[in-house]
Amino acid sequence: MKIIVCIKRVVDTETRVKIGPDGKGIDLGGVQFATAPYDEMAVEKAIQLRDGAGEGSVTVVTVGPAAATKELRTALAMGADEALHAVCEDALGPHATTTALQGAIAGREYDLLLCGKQATDEDDAAIGPMLAAALDIPCVAFAHGLAIEDGKAVVEREIDGETEILEVDLPAVVTAQKGLAEPRYPGLKGIMAAKKKPLAGVDLVTGDDPTELVGLDLPPERGEMVQIEPTADGMRSLLESLRNEKKVL
Amino acid sequence: MADVLIYLETAHGADGAVLKKPAAEVATAGRAIADALGGRLVALVTGGAAPEGVLGRHGVDHVYTVDGEAFGRHLLAPQAAALQAAIAATEPRAVVMAASVLGKELGAFVAGRLGWALMSDVVQTAVDGDRLTAVKPKYAGKALARLAAAGPAVISLRPNAVQPQESPREPATEALEVDAGAARVRLREVVAAGEKKLELTEADTIVAGGRGLGTPENWTLITDLAAVLGAANGASRAVVDAGWRPHAEQVGQTGKTVSPKLYVAAGISGAIQHLAGMSSSKVIVAVNKDAEAPIFKVADYGIVGDVNEVLPMLTEAARAFLAG
Ligand SMILES: Cc1cc2nc3c(=O)[nH]c(=O)nc-3n(C[C@H](O)[C@H](O)[C@H](O)COP(=O)(O)OP(=O)(O)OC[C@H]3O[C@@H](n4cnc5c(N)ncnc54)[C@H](O)[C@@H]3O)c2cc1C
Ligand SMILES: Nc1ncnc2c1ncn2[C@@H]1O[C@H](COP(=O)(O)O)[C@@H](O)[C@H]1O
Repeated sequence: MKIIVCIKRVVDTETRVKIGPDGKGIDLGGVQFATAPYDEMAVEKAIQLRDGAGEGSVTVVTVGPAAATKELRTALAMGADEALHAVCEDALGPHATTTALQGAIAGREYDLLLCGKQATDEDDAAIGPMLAAALDIPCVAFAHGLAIEDGKAVVEREIDGETEILEVDLPAVVTAQKGLAEPRYPGLKGIMAAKKKPLAGVDLVTGDDPTELVGLDLPPERGEMVQIEPTADGMRSLLESLRNEKKVL
Repeated sequence: MADVLIYLETAHGADGAVLKKPAAEVATAGRAIADALGGRLVALVTGGAAPEGVLGRHGVDHVYTVDGEAFGRHLLAPQAAALQAAIAATEPRAVVMAASVLGKELGAFVAGRLGWALMSDVVQTAVDGDRLTAVKPKYAGKALARLAAAGPAVISLRPNAVQPQESPREPATEALEVDAGAARVRLREVVAAGEKKLELTEADTIVAGGRGLGTPENWTLITDLAAVLGAANGASRAVVDAGWRPHAEQVGQTGKTVSPKLYVAAGISGAIQHLAGMSSSKVIVAVNKDAEAPIFKVADYGIVGDVNEVLPMLTEAARAFLAG
């Protein structure tokens, strides 16, 4: 079982966002970074599938800044075997990211290509399906279950409260939804082992992106809060405001 | 290249195939773009949902249907084949769909196939001169990106972001013949989650609970209020991780992003990762015994009190209010 996992270095979920000087990105001063949460789930699942099969490999790949070696090392410390890094300091649109990832893994064999369902900066949920389109392989996004049976992937995903169980020919792209796997914390042994594992730079393949980012704004401030007394009268006045002023009841 | 094509998702209930709730929102957004471009609004409906009603009411000029067993479920490949056939027949400037599980996957896949601009999970669309523009939340709603496309674009629209408008007309319906291709993904089984529930991301009203509920048994305080308000149930990660509630109900950065008209947060502290999933709700009501809880920073109405007292009181008052 050869598995490639696409992971992205993103700002930590605790980050309080400020708009950066170019008006298109956020101010990265003093910001903490981490692997995008769904990507960590994908890495964990890949390790479990490899270990369950008793053979194979897990390769993690990122298109990102030089500093993203930290996230690649973390994935190696969790148990991935090998890391690929296409260094790119700029934020890329979805097409350019897909092109760069496709370039980074070109020539490699894989049975599964895993992504997070979405990167918690762009929130596009796009790269997995776009890679599948580029590579002409099947795709199931938003998977909360994944197993290998008889050379096929069995994938579970939830739509409208129903769980669909799908049988998927390999190779395929699957994107991780919450529930797929609970990422482990790398232990000291893993961290030491990671230092000796291969982490290779690969060429950045660039491409055009027809999606233009014009600018980034902070969302509008919410108005002042109205305090409601925890009494029956308070509840009635709340319901009246919700109906008459806000028109949501 | 002035027409707009909308892809409308179908749900399968006991009473057959029906269009999903965001159809009217997608049609409304699509109509506005088509009007600005001076084009037609064309709809694609797969899997046998009746195209009457919603479509004519919300401004659709022409309807393509693609029927057949292969198109009846949420499988990406046949839906993409149908959409690409409709795109070839329409040559639209924009394709608009709901930013649902299937919609986001399908939109990204088809944009990838065609090399079109992708505007994913947008809350606003417009036409500016000869450019399509859109606004989309990034960083879990902590920032809003302005996007533009000089050429054709695929747009997925976040549910509840657009208020449906009427623009009645009488569309003609035309069946498209589409080859679903080899089925590399096959549906084995569908496991229904008990009674059919309202999809959280599409719900108008959500009642959500957190660790402040104290015990899983206390969750009836949430479901009782939700039943009276006709609301869907949401949960914080703390109660999902504790196993009180299923993952599907989690709201937040690693759960679902919701924008209902009304969001009631009870016993939820309002951690930044929770706010990420719900702060774009139109109206937020928070119940928390701690007056300093961060949830009050985003709330429109705040009730400082114990959920064990406040929720039954609110449920009772709402029952009387909505009956009267
Ligand atoms: C990478 C990452 C991703 C995350 N993603 C999510 C996510 O998607 N969604 C999410 O929700 N969280 C997420 N979290 C977790 C988040 O940081 C919080 O831990 C979580 O939201 C807390 O849940 P809570 O508010 O229910 O619990 P708590 O923080 O324990 O808050 C309970 C609240 O209830 C109040 N309370 C207690 N008793 C009562 C009572 N009797 N009556 C009234 N009020 C009472 C308390 O004052 C408190 O404010 C994430 C965290 C990380 C690190
Ligand atoms: N620059 C990148 N490098 C590696 N993987 C990425 C990158 N951008 C996105 N991905 C993968 O694609 C998923 C979806 O990203 P997005 O479409 O941006 O929400 C992420 O969870 C990652 O698995």
